[in-house]
Amino acid sequence: MLGSELLGTSPELIALFVGFGLVVGVLFGFFGMGGSFLVTPALLMLGYQPRIAVGSGMAFVFGTAVIATLKHHDLGQVDYKLGGIMILGTTIGIEVGRATVFYLESLGLAGGIISVAYVLLLGGVGLLVTRDALAGDGGGIDHEAADKELDEYQIPEIAKRIQQTVRVPPMVTLRGDVRVSVWVITTVAFLTGLLSGFLGVGGGFIRMPAMIYAIGAPVPVAVGTDLFEIVFSGGIGSYLYGQGGGVDLGIVVPLLFGSALGARVGSAATAVVDADGIKIYFGGMLLVGAIAVGIGEIGSALGSQLIETVGLLLVLGAAVVVAAAILYTTMVSLRRSRKQRSSSAN
Amino acid sequence: MAGVELPTWDPETALLIGTILAEAIVLYVGYGGLERLLGPRLISLLLGGEDSAGQ
Repeated sequence: MLGSELLGTSPELIALFVGFGLVVGVLFGFFGMGGSFLVTPALLMLGYQPRIAVGSGMAFVFGTAVIATLKHHDLGQVDYKLGGIMILGTTIGIEVGRATVFYLESLGLAGGIISVAYVLLLGGVGLLVTRDALAGDGGGIDHEAADKELDEYQIPEIAKRIQQTVRVPPMVTLRGDVRVSVWVITTVAFLTGLLSGFLGVGGGFIRMPAMIYAIGAPVPVAVGTDLFEIVFSGGIGSYLYGQGGGVDLGIVVPLLFGSALGARVGSAATAVVDADGIKIYFGGMLLVGAIAVGIGEIGSALGSQLIETVGLLLVLGAAVVVAAAILYTTMVSLRRSRKQRSSSAN
Repeated sequence: MAGVELPTWDPETALLIGTILAEAIVLYVGYGGLERLLGPRLISLLLGGEDSAGQ
């Protein structure tokens, strides 16, 4: 009971957060994104104030990003110059997003507007991932591209066009021999910072493609630098929310405890399982998440606890199902390869 | 706190964020050590179950 006294959270909730963190960690480790999509909506549905749901979601993202960045630093996949330039734009974007949440909260509108934004975000990204998975392009991190050497990497056509068109000084040269205007980098940073500050997400699902297609960063560098950037955006955002009483350690500590373990399992699973077969479930999970947040919001508007609970169970259930699919497929693949090895040895 | 403002130094909030940072580093090192120590044994335990059942 000492833990509950220290963190101000009941043992049941701590167990729930550790379990939820584990599930979210498996998804983040496997897909390389989506670590925070479900945390803030789930906290809102659990009845936390918007500032605590967004602030604690952001603090959780910060902790997760610290762990992932340490790993990518060891792999040499972080462009510190690019990350450093992005910090100013990201910080301003986060502060504008945070101030908007606090303002909307003072009007009593924050919970509803954040929920609607989540429905649109989860629905939009879910549709994109599902469409790409059906087309065979996958979604999330392209693990094969992420494993390529930097000199094998080709800058996308759209990034080349942006580099040739927007030549407003100062220009900087980044890793992978990419030369780009500081203003392009700052704009990308501001917009993703705004999203982070408003919704409590890391913003990697937008920042990573933006780094690849707008800035022209090689995929492995975009992955590593995005995480490094989330350390700063999450850290600054958590600090700003923390000053307003928006970060609850009773939520963040158990979530992080579970997710750090889950992320190791999810990351190890990528070496065993073909992610393309599972990405369609990930897209489906985001779509179910969008519907669940919508249902929860309707329940809240109608004052129906039952409808709100159904929404919460849908969010948690969708995440659990996809994480279980990853773990099950990993076990089956491992057992199959072991059987093949033992039969070829015989 | 409802307007856009510059962050100011607040030791209590810095301690809060420092706690999360410290937890993240401890978990990275701790789980990494556990993975190296117990990972192979856990995998063979999980997979060994089916091998013996199949025989």
